[in-house]
Amino acid sequence: MRKRQKRAAPGPLEYLRRWPLQAWLVMVSVFLYAPLLTLMAFSFNDSKRNIVWKGFTLNYYEQVLHDQSLLTAFGNSLTIAAICTLVSVILGAMTALLLWRFRFSGKTVLDGAMALPIVVPEICMGVAMLVFFAKVMPWPSGLPWPLNLGAIIISHISFSFPFVAVVVRARMASFNRELEEAAKDLGAGEWMTIRDVIIPHMQPSLIAGALLAFTLSLDDFVITFFTSGPDTVTFPVKVYSMVRFSVTPEVNAASTLLIVLTVILTALALRFQGTDAVAGGHAPDPKA
Amino acid sequence: MSAPQTAAKAPAKTIISFENITKRYGKVVAVDNVSLTIEEGEFFSLLGPSGCGKTTLLRMLAGFETPTEGRILIDGQDVSEIPPNKRPVNMVFQSYAVFPHMTVAQNVAYGLKVDGIGAKECAERVEEALALVKLEGYGPRKPDQLSGGQRQRVALARALVKRPRVLLLDEPLSALDAKLREQMRSELTQLQDKVGITFIMVTHDQDEALAMACRCAVMNRGLLQQVATPSDLYEFPNSRFVADFIGQVNLFEGQLVVDEPDHAVIDSAEVGVPIYLDHGVTGATGSTVWAAIRPEKIEIYKRIDGAEMIKMEDAPQGHNVVAGTITHLAYLGSETVFDVTLMTGHSVKVVRSNLTRWDQEDFSWDEPVWLSWHACSPAMLTA
Amino acid sequence: MEQSWRKAKSVFALVLGPPLFWLVLFFLIPLAIVWVYSFGTNIGLTQIAFTGTFSNYTRAIEPLYVGIFVKSVGVAALTTGLCIVLGFPVALAITFAPDKLKAWLILLIMLPFWTNLLIRTYALIAVLRDEGYVNMTYHWLWTHAGGLMTFAGLKPLGDFVPLELLHNNFAVVFGLVYVHLPFMVLPLYSALDRLDRSLLEASLDLGAGHARTMLQIVAPLALPGIASGILITFIPALGAYLTPDLLGGPDSQMIANIIERQFKRANDWPFGAALSFLLMYMTFIAIALQAVLAKRNAGAKA
Repeated sequence: MRKRQKRAAPGPLEYLRRWPLQAWLVMVSVFLYAPLLTLMAFSFNDSKRNIVWKGFTLNYYEQVLHDQSLLTAFGNSLTIAAICTLVSVILGAMTALLLWRFRFSGKTVLDGAMALPIVVPEICMGVAMLVFFAKVMPWPSGLPWPLNLGAIIISHISFSFPFVAVVVRARMASFNRELEEAAKDLGAGEWMTIRDVIIPHMQPSLIAGALLAFTLSLDDFVITFFTSGPDTVTFPVKVYSMVRFSVTPEVNAASTLLIVLTVILTALALRFQGTDAVAGGHAPDPKA
Repeated sequence: MSAPQTAAKAPAKTIISFENITKRYGKVVAVDNVSLTIEEGEFFSLLGPSGCGKTTLLRMLAGFETPTEGRILIDGQDVSEIPPNKRPVNMVFQSYAVFPHMTVAQNVAYGLKVDGIGAKECAERVEEALALVKLEGYGPRKPDQLSGGQRQRVALARALVKRPRVLLLDEPLSALDAKLREQMRSELTQLQDKVGITFIMVTHDQDEALAMACRCAVMNRGLLQQVATPSDLYEFPNSRFVADFIGQVNLFEGQLVVDEPDHAVIDSAEVGVPIYLDHGVTGATGSTVWAAIRPEKIEIYKRIDGAEMIKMEDAPQGHNVVAGTITHLAYLGSETVFDVTLMTGHSVKVVRSNLTRWDQEDFSWDEPVWLSWHACSPAMLTA
Repeated sequence: MEQSWRKAKSVFALVLGPPLFWLVLFFLIPLAIVWVYSFGTNIGLTQIAFTGTFSNYTRAIEPLYVGIFVKSVGVAALTTGLCIVLGFPVALAITFAPDKLKAWLILLIMLPFWTNLLIRTYALIAVLRDEGYVNMTYHWLWTHAGGLMTFAGLKPLGDFVPLELLHNNFAVVFGLVYVHLPFMVLPLYSALDRLDRSLLEASLDLGAGHARTMLQIVAPLALPGIASGILITFIPALGAYLTPDLLGGPDSQMIANIIERQFKRANDWPFGAALSFLLMYMTFIAIALQAVLAKRNAGAKA
């Protein structure tokens, strides 16, 4: 308090300026960030045992960049995420348009069914996909890349596009119907109205939805775990097998790369959407 | 009982007709059997409180709603089957609905592009339309760089550039601030005069309707109440609703006791003296009627104890002059509004213009007064 | 303001077709097959006969599995409770922060959420294992304390025994809280943010202290947000696979791990299918409970 003479005492509702709350915030931040930051720091540590700081090195990044199986897995993950994002955005936008715009019998049922992939536990969806691709639609093995990733891509789209639909639909709630009527009044037909007025309004949510779908796909382990085969390993599945084995600086380095990618994606989302993109705008995400 | 003043123009041609239009939303009747014709070149206003069905009527004309019953003709052609994008009418929306992702020029050009009009003609017409609404040079701007009034002009230009048969305006001034609203009133009427297109405007603001329209239709609860020129609506309302909705009015309930071709008398317990009308009325003797008198048509005089009741040449003795006491007065600058309580306990509103600078000090609270009105002033209403 | 599908049939058909096709073929049918399997019997290694038996479900109510279900619910509930305790002050701080700082605080909470789950779990392993940073610090303190005690003439401490922080139930709960905290903070924040500040001011004005205001004014009004925060945290925690798998020990397996075992190692698909559906039903019950509570709450307000 001595040094703070210049500043007024905190107002009654300025909880952030009270020390117990500040201490609490610091504690939670340490809880959330300390593990990640140490992980990143030790990826530069010149010690195989990964415990005591021995000096700075980029060796493990070099190893990562020469680890063919890790690189393949990373490439697979990015490819899957990219295709999944593209398809999910299209399907999600269609779903949002359908549920926002039209009145039809069975709408409530469809609305509920579209929420299912969001709420069904990942493990259940994982085994469903395993059974589906084992018994109903066996994905042919030995297909050329990236067709061999088909089963994983399909599974990822199944859980991603309802999330995109939620984001886009939330955005459409702020649409001024008079804009659509104005377009029609000026002579535009149904398709032209969608192209010229509705999709431009959707655009920010399409970007936000795309980022969400990309992250969900890149992040997914459980469902992929059930649909991937020996030659279709994704980054999380690969890291999982490495982690099970032991904690190595190499995994630290690979993880650091992915964290950096995440931060870049988050920054992009912020640029396009403001904080809403990272914070709100999407429904409960039970994936964990 | 009509006094045509403004309607006497060239023989008008009907451009729009609503024929027995009814619109129901489930059990709610939004528009109830409305028949109405609108003439070419007219500035027509649909007036009524919110929820009266006026906007629904306008939207049916634009094609955004379909009538449950009845049909709408534009230039004699039934438009029931024509979608909004094919109708020869254009609309200025309440929120203006200026496309936020397009520039002003792109907004105005949109309707022309849809019609497949070539780039050169398109550009010319856009320029012309922007000039018409005094927005020259604003073409490259984005809507978020414009003020509310400017956005409205864009919406106007965008609709007018298509040279519609009829321009529809949905509460066009409601989103503007008071000063700008006043200015846009005269601009809109001038614009209408200039382009010669039929304007149909929906508004809940009676001042707006009276100031701008050639003719108004007053609606209430889905029903068409009266269609008339602004002055006829004010001076010759056909119902208590219209009388009360347009301006202020004193309504006295009573019985029609004399019904002669050249005069009539209403006996009202609320006034205490018979109300004499110097014109014939249509109504059954003995039925309940209402006398409607505008506050500014009532004169107010001081009542000094012992002094004789004031006389008016066209008010027969004992009629249309009534004693009361001022219970409230509000000095509004140009005029003073009095609440006068009659001997019967009924309260009457009186408006008196302050014609000289010291005038208003003559009256004070609780002062006894005489009220009087000309025999031609009250309107008799049966509904 | 929706329009009837009949007004724009071609658009309707286009936007209905692909999503519906995808949802049915690649989501509902797979789930339906699992459901059918849950009434089947294993014959041979890969063959499953649909026998309409309930034996998979009766097996699931054996004490061993009931115990795991109960334990999973307990762990998920404990996780949710800890998340509320940890998250509520954070949400409160964000709500009453100045606008600019608010955005950064939200980002602070959300950034870990956007980071890969596996990496976050891995980071915890690195922190909690015997050679991890926590034990390292502990070891350092231990040896130095030992030195100090010898110096003071006391008997030195015994050999250093690292704390067992990994591969036990503590690690599972710790990991689940770590992973799910952002899920709780966000709904809490959005509920608190919607709260009319003058209500808090009125409470303080009427003489209530901050603690009382929180308990009697803020908490009841933020209840819908708290409820949805509980749901959003509880459901994924209940079905968590990765966290118990990597951080847990042999006795900290949760439902998801048992399901995985049926499908991968034990190769008993019908039983795994039954367990999957039991987990799903529990999820739905939780959602339904929340919906009922929310409805009652809305009804009470109206």
